[in-house]
Amino acid sequence: MYTQGLDQQGNKTEGPEPVESAERLAAFQARIDDEEKIEAKDWMPEAYRKTLVRQISQHAHSEIIGMQPEGNWLTRAPTLRRKVILLAKVQDEAGHGLYLYGAGETLGTSRDQMVADLLSGKAKYSSIFNYPAITWADIGAIGWLVDSAAIMNQIPLCRCSYGPYARAMVRICKEESFHQRQGFEIMLTLSRGNDAQKEMAQDALNRWWWPSLMMFGPSDTDSKHSAQSMAWKIKRFSNDELRQKFIDVTVPQAEFLGLRVPDDDLEFDQETGHYNFGEINWQEFYDVLAGNGPCNTQRMANRQKAHDDGAWVREAARAYAAKHAADKAA
Amino acid sequence: MLSPGIEQFRMNKEEALISYLLRLGDNALVLGQRLIEIVANGPELEEELANANIALDYLGQARMFYSYAGELEGNGRGEDDFAFLRDEHEFKNFLLVEQPNGNFADTIARQVLFDVFYRLQLDALILCSDERLAEIAAKSVKEILYHLRHGKQWLIRLGDGTEKSHQRITKSVQKFWRYTGEMLSGDELDDAMKKEWNGPDLKLLKDEWRKEVAVILNEATISLPGEQWMAAGGKQGHHTEHFGYLIAEMQYMQRAYPGASW
Repeated sequence: MYTQGLDQQGNKTEGPEPVESAERLAAFQARIDDEEKIEAKDWMPEAYRKTLVRQISQHAHSEIIGMQPEGNWLTRAPTLRRKVILLAKVQDEAGHGLYLYGAGETLGTSRDQMVADLLSGKAKYSSIFNYPAITWADIGAIGWLVDSAAIMNQIPLCRCSYGPYARAMVRICKEESFHQRQGFEIMLTLSRGNDAQKEMAQDALNRWWWPSLMMFGPSDTDSKHSAQSMAWKIKRFSNDELRQKFIDVTVPQAEFLGLRVPDDDLEFDQETGHYNFGEINWQEFYDVLAGNGPCNTQRMANRQKAHDDGAWVREAARAYAAKHAADKAA
Repeated sequence: MLSPGIEQFRMNKEEALISYLLRLGDNALVLGQRLIEIVANGPELEEELANANIALDYLGQARMFYSYAGELEGNGRGEDDFAFLRDEHEFKNFLLVEQPNGNFADTIARQVLFDVFYRLQLDALILCSDERLAEIAAKSVKEILYHLRHGKQWLIRLGDGTEKSHQRITKSVQKFWRYTGEMLSGDELDDAMKKEWNGPDLKLLKDEWRKEVAVILNEATISLPGEQWMAAGGKQGHHTEHFGYLIAEMQYMQRAYPGASW
């Protein structure tokens, strides 16, 4: 229903009192260790709840902000077929945002609160969406690289210890794999096209490769949330493990496309069976995270504007619902 | 052997169908294109989802109308040729659907005024004598009924919501009213479509449209705009200044890279 989530204020539902005795914490950990799913009404440590709200809401915000770079090419998509596929993808992202906010709400934080935290800058979203989608090939690269990285991060979340999040992820992952294929197909078409198209594809790979590697987060030695999340089985693999897996899978795909991965140090290591790769520019990662990426200001300003421009509409819907509440009750 | 007269008649009849299909396709494409401009600008996440869904339906319908027109034409033109390689004056959509999005009230008013007509038009086309067009109309009308329910609910909520929303939606309905005339008054092509293919009777449609819109506006507590001057020209390819920008943006890739496959 349309009224759902229309600026509900102060409806934060409190969970049971968090009495965090050693026994309770041990019993909770035992359930996790036994691969039991934790459900919304179950007791959980406050830190577990907070970690999940932070992660799920960031994930939801990423879906919503991620609509912008792709939306930037909807009006200019080169064929009707491409336009419809891209629109379906953007629509899926809005849908993912919706289920994820729903999963977040099961932990007692309202969607309005999560959105307010996004708009105030308190909550983050994936930094990858602070890079611009400049050419049509960027739509290919986003699908191929960004969605592929997202899938590697998200497949393990289908087994996450928190039931509502795990179930939302099962549905999301199915759609993400379709997104990844459409991106790769765009890249394939471009790389088999004319010189301008090939150049466009290479340029997009040059710009999206390193930011895609950064999507897995800081190196394991610098990741502040990792150890606890692994113990709680919110996270199943380390950032570096997932990054390596992404590189191992993606480099042969780039070769198939006839594109060059922009890393002079990239080489296959026969002994380990993995690719060695060059140093990631972590300064850039932290800069973008701190708000200093090419599109941070624009993305947030757009979201804020949509929220502000919609205030009178949400207010009208509430006023109408209040006026007609009596009719419905009658 | 057919006499030249009969041959000519058949050509005209088929040409009328092709031109009519292109008009239908143009309305759907242009409105879909307008809606995707605001894909991430909704007043609420649910509305962004609904807007994308609605735009997807229009684009899907445009593709069906264009593909069929291309097949009938038999010159090798397909959906992308019609969408991306025709010039402004070759598009025959209503002026209403090319109007800019404006605020949410504008988007909703444009949507409802058009969809009430489009639903009636498709309903009538289900009974037309071209089987394929009748099938496309039957499939499309299901989608439009959903759009109409969504648009109507919003128009009523805004009209009967706050003072501000009432003022805004009233202004939007008044602003777009002048663009409703050309939907409802027939030209030669509408006449040919009716005569040769048992197409919609616009006189009947006009009455039904007025009745249905009056009911919606009444529930929204908005007064029905009075008789007034009506703009026209879209059906003949004479557009408003807004339209050139819409197709310039839409056609950019095909125009910048002629002949490339995407």
